[in-house]
Amino acid sequence: MSEQLANTPSGAPLRGPRESIFDLGSPESSCVLGPALDVPEVDLSEALGGADRTESPQLPNVTELEIMRHYAHLAEMNFGVDSGFYPLGSCTMKYNPRINEDAARFDGFAGLHPYQPVDTVQGALELMVGLSESLAEISGLPGVTLQPAAGAHGELTALMCFRAAHTANGDPRKKVVIPDTAHGTNPASVKMCGYETVTIPSGDDGLVDLDALKAVLDEDVAAFMLTNPNTVGLFDPQILEITEAVHAVGAFAYCDGANLNAVLGVTRPGDQGFDALHINLHKTFSTPHGGGGPGAGPVCVTAPLAQFLPGPIPFRQSNGTFGLNTPEGSIGRVRSFYGNFGVLVRAYAYVRALGPDGLAEVAHQAVLSANYLKEKLKGSFDLPYDRVCMHEFVLSGGRQKREHGVRTLDMAKRLLDYGFHPPTVYFPLLVDEALMIEPTETEPIAALDAFADALIAIAEESSADPDLVKGAPYTTPVRRLDEARAAREPVLRWTPPA
Amino acid sequence: MAHPSDRKYSNDHEWVLVDGDTATVGISHFAQDQLGEVVYVDLPSEGDSVNAGETFGEIESVKSVSELYAPLTGEIIAVNDSLGDTPEVVNSDPHAAGWMIKVRMDDPSEYDGLMTAEEYDDFVTAG
Amino acid sequence: MRYIPVTCEQREAMLRAVGVERVEELFADVPEKALLNRPLELPAGMSEIDLARHLKSLSGANIPASWIVNFAGAGVYDHHVPSVVDHVLRKPEFFTAYTPYQPEVSQGTLQAIFEYQSMICALTGMDVANASMYDGATAFVEAALMACRVTKRQKVLVAGSVHPEWIEVMYTYAEAGHVDVEVIDFDGGRLDPTQVADAMDASVAAVLVASPNFVGVLEDLDALGKIAHGEGALFVVAANPIMLGIMEPPSTFGADIVVGEGQPLGNAMSFGGPGLGFFACRQKNVRQMPGRLVGQTVDADGQKAYVLTLSTREQHIRREKATSNICSNHALNALAAGAYLAAVGSVGLSEIARACVAKARYLRDRLIETGKFAAPWEDPFGYEFALTYKGDADEMHARMFERGFFAGIILSVEDEHDMILFAVTEKRTREEMDAFAEEVAAL
Repeated sequence: MSEQLANTPSGAPLRGPRESIFDLGSPESSCVLGPALDVPEVDLSEALGGADRTESPQLPNVTELEIMRHYAHLAEMNFGVDSGFYPLGSCTMKYNPRINEDAARFDGFAGLHPYQPVDTVQGALELMVGLSESLAEISGLPGVTLQPAAGAHGELTALMCFRAAHTANGDPRKKVVIPDTAHGTNPASVKMCGYETVTIPSGDDGLVDLDALKAVLDEDVAAFMLTNPNTVGLFDPQILEITEAVHAVGAFAYCDGANLNAVLGVTRPGDQGFDALHINLHKTFSTPHGGGGPGAGPVCVTAPLAQFLPGPIPFRQSNGTFGLNTPEGSIGRVRSFYGNFGVLVRAYAYVRALGPDGLAEVAHQAVLSANYLKEKLKGSFDLPYDRVCMHEFVLSGGRQKREHGVRTLDMAKRLLDYGFHPPTVYFPLLVDEALMIEPTETEPIAALDAFADALIAIAEESSADPDLVKGAPYTTPVRRLDEARAAREPVLRWTPPA
Repeated sequence: MAHPSDRKYSNDHEWVLVDGDTATVGISHFAQDQLGEVVYVDLPSEGDSVNAGETFGEIESVKSVSELYAPLTGEIIAVNDSLGDTPEVVNSDPHAAGWMIKVRMDDPSEYDGLMTAEEYDDFVTAG
Repeated sequence: MRYIPVTCEQREAMLRAVGVERVEELFADVPEKALLNRPLELPAGMSEIDLARHLKSLSGANIPASWIVNFAGAGVYDHHVPSVVDHVLRKPEFFTAYTPYQPEVSQGTLQAIFEYQSMICALTGMDVANASMYDGATAFVEAALMACRVTKRQKVLVAGSVHPEWIEVMYTYAEAGHVDVEVIDFDGGRLDPTQVADAMDASVAAVLVASPNFVGVLEDLDALGKIAHGEGALFVVAANPIMLGIMEPPSTFGADIVVGEGQPLGNAMSFGGPGLGFFACRQKNVRQMPGRLVGQTVDADGQKAYVLTLSTREQHIRREKATSNICSNHALNALAAGAYLAAVGSVGLSEIARACVAKARYLRDRLIETGKFAAPWEDPFGYEFALTYKGDADEMHARMFERGFFAGIILSVEDEHDMILFAVTEKRTREEMDAFAEEVAAL
């Protein structure tokens, strides 16, 4: 075992588990206290009508140094894009430019209160209008709301606009059609919007089965939701026929923009016949994922649908200044205020840094890098869809499972020992033992080569020493976790030792 | 583990053991193996009625959820509440301690339509 | 090209390896009619130095409330953010990571969120807190939806004293889904419990209130909780997390779900986003809870470790039957909240909250003394309060802004008096408040 470990290229082992922050410090420790009181003290019980706390909340009591050491240790147990190659399919883990981080923290942005007078936030509104106009041009869809906080929130927002448009026509309709390769957020958003989901199977080629789609399209269908390029990394060549069929029954075509990175400046969802699209700024537009968020999920729609968008929407006035306006037929707000502004600043900086040539280059390189990696790996793994892919592709670990009893999960864990973050695994569901790989355009060729070498080496280990792979990882801060125990006996918060 | 021949099985992988007009229902060894580590079982209450072919509960592993389908119609007269604290028993002892509900059958002939252990073994091998 | 490290030579080699001559060939699946075939009409790309100048100029075209004497609240509060918080947030292992689906290399995020969940439980008195929602408004709506699932009812009673934008969001969601919303009007500073009791029946899934409410007043949670439970409904309380440092946790009054806007906990105002929706509930209802949860377990060597758990509630597994469509959440804002609460601790949080409460009373008294303001009610409040202004509030507001004061939020026109909502955080000084009162008086 130790010999095997020595062969892995990962550097010094990461540090092991850390005690809880609640177990640090002492009751007397503190870091940041309130200010010296320069006004008369008040009687809390009287001030709060008797609702003052009888027992103080159990929060950590630590010093500033203890806090920094604690989080330094936690950070060392984490893997981010800055730590290494992160080819997580459908997640677009590209480099997060640092100027974007700096800009979002400028006082002139971070220090703005949402209810400031409009004439004191002209720069912020100009930025939001500039981003909206850029997203409209990139998507080919002129109506834009920046309000949704995430991709799923954008899906729901767009579906609400569809519902409003159908209702305005006298019938909200009942169903939304999705392919079986859809992200789970699609059916969940459909449900939240009061629609029923109709799932259609994909064809053997991983694409929409046009006949299956047409078979379920009727006057009760409010919309068809499609990720294009789809979740197996393919651009659907029948896209124009698909959107036409959807429109033929008076339904709307929705594009889940999770994979927009592949087609920036090459083809636009609006030109493919889509009526609405959400964009994950935390994927395509380089804003960081933050360990789960915050992201932002702006929605772009056709001109006729723009009247339904949630308000308020920043706009450019005829005198060159900027204002906020809520469309006439608006579905209403989908959250507080105007959107995840700090995320919008980062995305705006990205668009302005790259410009039209840079954005098209992003798509070109993302697609080229994915195809390059696919060519390198297809000899060692099953490739269910052997054709040119977009920005990501799906391999199957079926061969390793059949021949050696090594599952995709095992190979994913073994990749951690080689210093790489694993690809997305077991999605989409229609590929057995799926490994979904998205390299992104920001990785150097050396990283792609090293990753391919590692995965090929793991394929070899799977046949030579399956148990080695099945026992992985060995070099991570913790080993495989007992997830069943976590779910059977949930421990969801810290409690003091008995 | 073999599927015991003292009972019958449904297409949805439930077993049924009959004693008089009472049918005890659980999931088969094959089903628990497919699910992996069971972490939660959501069962109905005593006194509820169930209809053959309809769902009566849910069973969860760490990363999947499956519905439980009633193989028979009738009134629920007992529920295995101990699965609330020890769902893992469905894995370790699916055909005995891992039972889920007892049903007073409305129509005992429904039992006749289920598969024998031998038929069920063929059914799961055929996939 | 910016952020793309591949050289021309390497690109040629990659094209050869893939077996094409030009990269355009890789897009052969795109129908001719759908190809853009022209450059995007966007401004040309910029060097970092030009971009920095441009962004500075945009930010410079704003006057941030954080630079002036800011008395605006109404959902976003100008609290001090301890220095340690941003130093934690800037650690790239946190902010450049994805959702912690690979626990072996995500213990940092997982443990930080577990600790955040624990702190929210400590503040709210609830058993379980999730890993975050988008903001207070969406957390509030999700609480209503959860209550409908738990009670299998579909009507909710919402206090009219809740933030009007939250009520608007509630209506937006209700319109699309299957929830009936009834808003209970409030006269004066807070709800009249008898009006809630009158609207109550066995079809109500939840009574949802905020305390402090939108105008800063504390609601009678004890009475409202009893009314909700009397008909088998859940009691949902939206709270201000700073105030929870000195107020009884909503659990004391029988709250079943506690939500709120977590921005005050170490997050910048940032023009209203990203904020932080916190969401906590009782253990018995955890399976109906929306959002991610981190749990504690052990690894293969028996070491303590953390992992996302009870995931079968979520969209990626349960799809249309999920408890919510939420996927991306506001994890980094939750990290900030965790670092904030660790930095201030229970003593610091209590001191900060007491300072806010004391200063708010000082300003209120000073303003009333000027004779230009009057108190519309005398109910107990936190660190935000409404006063009526005898005069043209818009004009006063604009003139005070020029003098470096953000004179609160103008709420409504009632008769001839305009009502203004003032928030006073621990950042404000007596000197600033005296100056404000004197200058308003002199207008």
